[in-house]
Amino acid sequence: MKSSFAKKFLVVCLAMVMVFTFAACGGSSEGGESEGGDAAGAVLKIGSSGPLTGGASIYGTAVKQGAEIAVAEINEANPDLQIEFKMEDDEADGEKAVNAYNKLKDWGIQMMMGTVTTGSCIATSAVTFEDRVFELTPSASSADVTAGKDNVFQVCFTDPNQGVKAADYITENMAGSKVGVIYNNSDAYSTGIFNAFKAEMEAKGGEIVAAETYPDDTNADYSAQLNSCKSAGADVVLLPIYYTPASVIMKQAKDMNYAPVFFGVDGMDGILDMEGFDTALAEGVMLMTPFNPWSTDENVASFVEKYQAAYNEVPNQFAADGYDGIYALYEAFKATGLGTDAANADICDAMIGQFTGGFSYDGLTGAAMTWNDKGEVNKTPVVCVIQDGIYVDQ
Amino acid sequence: MIFLSNLINGLSLGSVYAIIALGYTMVYGISKMLNFAHGDVIMVGAYISFCGTAYLNLPAWASVILAMIVCTALGILIEGLAYRPLRGTGSLAVLITAIGVSYFLQNAALLIWGSAPKVFTSVFDKLGNSISLFDGELTITWEALFTLIAAVIIMVGMTLFTGKTKVGKAMRAVSEDNGAAQLMGINVNSTISMTFAIGSALAAIAGVLLCSSYPALMPTTGAMPGIKAFTAAVFGGIGSIPGAMLGGILIGVIEIFGRAFISSELSDAIVFGVLIIVLLVKPSGLLGKKITEKV
Amino acid sequence: MKMQIKNGRLSPYTKNSIISYGLVIGAFVIVSILNSMGMVSSSLQGQLVPICCYIVMAVSLNLVVGISGELSLGHAGFMSAGAYTGIVVSGILETSGLPIYGRLAVAIICGAIVAGVLGFLIGIPVLRLRGDYLAIVTLAFGEIIKNIMNIVYAGKDSHGFHLKTNPDLGLEEGGRMLLNGPMGATQVQRISTFAAGFVLVLITLFVVQNIMNSKQGRAIMACRDNRIAAESIGLNVMKYKLMAFTVSAALAGMGGALFGLNYSTLLPVKFNFNTSVLILVFVVLGGLGNIWGSIIAATILTILPEALRQFADYRMLAYAIVLILVMIFTYSPKIKNFTQGFIDKNFKRKKPTAQTEGGGQV
Repeated sequence: MKSSFAKKFLVVCLAMVMVFTFAACGGSSEGGESEGGDAAGAVLKIGSSGPLTGGASIYGTAVKQGAEIAVAEINEANPDLQIEFKMEDDEADGEKAVNAYNKLKDWGIQMMMGTVTTGSCIATSAVTFEDRVFELTPSASSADVTAGKDNVFQVCFTDPNQGVKAADYITENMAGSKVGVIYNNSDAYSTGIFNAFKAEMEAKGGEIVAAETYPDDTNADYSAQLNSCKSAGADVVLLPIYYTPASVIMKQAKDMNYAPVFFGVDGMDGILDMEGFDTALAEGVMLMTPFNPWSTDENVASFVEKYQAAYNEVPNQFAADGYDGIYALYEAFKATGLGTDAANADICDAMIGQFTGGFSYDGLTGAAMTWNDKGEVNKTPVVCVIQDGIYVDQ
Repeated sequence: MIFLSNLINGLSLGSVYAIIALGYTMVYGISKMLNFAHGDVIMVGAYISFCGTAYLNLPAWASVILAMIVCTALGILIEGLAYRPLRGTGSLAVLITAIGVSYFLQNAALLIWGSAPKVFTSVFDKLGNSISLFDGELTITWEALFTLIAAVIIMVGMTLFTGKTKVGKAMRAVSEDNGAAQLMGINVNSTISMTFAIGSALAAIAGVLLCSSYPALMPTTGAMPGIKAFTAAVFGGIGSIPGAMLGGILIGVIEIFGRAFISSELSDAIVFGVLIIVLLVKPSGLLGKKITEKV
Repeated sequence: MKMQIKNGRLSPYTKNSIISYGLVIGAFVIVSILNSMGMVSSSLQGQLVPICCYIVMAVSLNLVVGISGELSLGHAGFMSAGAYTGIVVSGILETSGLPIYGRLAVAIICGAIVAGVLGFLIGIPVLRLRGDYLAIVTLAFGEIIKNIMNIVYAGKDSHGFHLKTNPDLGLEEGGRMLLNGPMGATQVQRISTFAAGFVLVLITLFVVQNIMNSKQGRAIMACRDNRIAAESIGLNVMKYKLMAFTVSAALAGMGGALFGLNYSTLLPVKFNFNTSVLILVFVVLGGLGNIWGSIIAATILTILPEALRQFADYRMLAYAIVLILVMIFTYSPKIKNFTQGFIDKNFKRKKPTAQTEGGGQV
């Protein structure tokens, strides 16, 4: 710092990096264009973005792996319509997601099967709406994702929808129970479900005795929240959160000899596959999930088998959503009758026509899925209970 | 009972912070740098211990020792490769390098162990159920008990080590005055390496204890406890070993009490708010030394 | 850190600032021309506004860290205050009929005012502390601002503007949520443009360079270099530091408002510790007190992760390694001595020119 030389050297270094960066930018964008030119006519380019690094990377990775299985199946079965799938990392951050989408644009994206997480999806969908690129998100579940944008559709349930369904199930089938809730108040997904759940419980006369929160970055200690639920006498604890914190909550509840019925939503799916998780802790946990990997359904069984062979793990709901997302795009695109050389805006309009015009798709996460003009999916959630380490439909 | 139960949880969480804060404080004392990669060494320690038990079928105690050895080596390596070349260039340059090391460790862990969280089997699993008092109204987990005991032992051990042994005295000398220590024949390089080694070994223990109580293990596991422990070290007066202990325990207790009795939404704001007030009243932390500046 | 003021026609300061403005304007013109010719990739195009924001953030943080010499780890907090103010103001004015540029300008000014006031209020207690204690307290304030944003709900309807700490705002039909607690702001109308970003960069440069060259600026730097000596000659250290801190916060609020209005959604977690650190990395890598360095470092480090996308899974690992290596190569005394010796040996003639050029910068 003290000598002028240091500064000169620094500037030279930085300038070199800058040249390298610009060169890299320019180079890759040119590459993308030429690829697009060669491939036009035979290949449909579907892009996606999701967290592949950082704390949320498990969700992005699962969607990517599920989608890759679908792409491999389609490319093998239909030599006339090949799919090229590319997924960029967005670290579950809105800014990076827009960057990732722009990168995909340079690559020549024709349809978007993303974005995986809610916040990033709201950010990218505003841009795809302007660019007229059709977007089907596998797992971004907030109502804001689709609001005001005719080109965005969801494979998963919306958060309010899940909250309402959970409240309905509890008031109908577990009447008279005192409900505690532990949710993540810095997460749109968790808060969205909780707010709808609370409103529906009030409408149906259910009783919420404790509602405890935790902020995102302290996913360490939940004993204070559990103590509150315990002392309020909650016998059902709703966990509208993802399974990683849920696993800690279950362990801590056991340590303090507190054994309520834990009620999870679709984010709970995956808890049984955590490496090192004692499945006995999850015994009796109820969860609403669109996907049951132990289902006897033929398609599910085949997907699970392929997934396990490729990635050596049991697929979770995100992987199934990614798989369904690719297939739904593929089926709908075939139905439009367009060629792969059509302009993005034409593809977008034709796809919107398909999705709102009675297109129905039988997927792993629901039979006969249809979409309304708000972009929300219509399918039935299944409530399962965990018994002996697998899901059993209720 | 709720009060007691929360107090115990707070003490246990605080003890983990205290052990991490010890590493921060020792490294700060000797090299005047904020080692932001310290939190990630904790994460590496926990992963190593996890691998020891899950893949190598080692007993719990052996996996802890393995984690300590690996982290010690890692600490010395980080210091030698990333921090030593920058010694004497002001703390900011080293701070940024430490942040680079932190990114590196997190992303390397992501590539090695994957993004899926692992569930850490508590090293006290064999001891069975937790201790139940007052007809089951109050439960104390083995993890909480042993974390507290470990923190006390480590603190007493470190105080004796820096006060009585030759190496410990050398450390204090170097942190007091680097140049003078060198003139007295102390090998500054090896003393600093030694400090990083001890700090990293403590980080491994903290990682195992942290994940025994809160078992979800991810590449980002160490980040937030790292920041909290850094706060704790400053709270108690950075550079002071009893200060780190006191700061850690207070931060843990305030965090749990804030969450339990005031607002679970604002528990972090409460922790940081108390910290600000304390520092305004006592600008060098609770047990920090007030250094008179000379022109 | 010597100052060399020469008795020439142009003081090095003036010369320096003219060069700075020229380079920024030149860069803007070149990028705009390339953009209109369609030669900029979408990827880079999408990053133009964020790059401007990060330049503003980096230069404003440099005022605190480099020029005033106080390590601040909570700069993202001021960015967040500016961003959310900007979003709320722009949301309220959406139906006012104000043209988009006018709305953007009002939003940015309001963002700057709110962040500046916050900076002033926080600065009063914080600047009494020193060194790493000051760093931790700025970190604490950054986290507190983020935590509070998680429970703020705001909306507007025909009755006007509502602000509460719970989601039951009681908006009537047709009302709109502007801030939705942890879900942040959604459905934000994206009105930021590269031109606006460029203007902000110029304003920031103008403000910071003028402070550096003014009497107050020299006082601030005197406090940094030797506080006790500065106090002993009667400088009111606290006053000058507070001034730098407030201005820096206000500039960060401006950058934040531009950033917030560039995306359709903004979550409070965006402004966590990591973002503060990211901006600090720009400042340190660019050189403390070196404005031009901050600009270059902010630009490169914003583009770098995108340019490294071809490394796929190894992208962030590569970023970390580049960061460590650049720090070691630019700051390590051994490497510095080695290259210095090498240059002395081979290019001895050039050395004196190098010194006069660089002499005025710090």
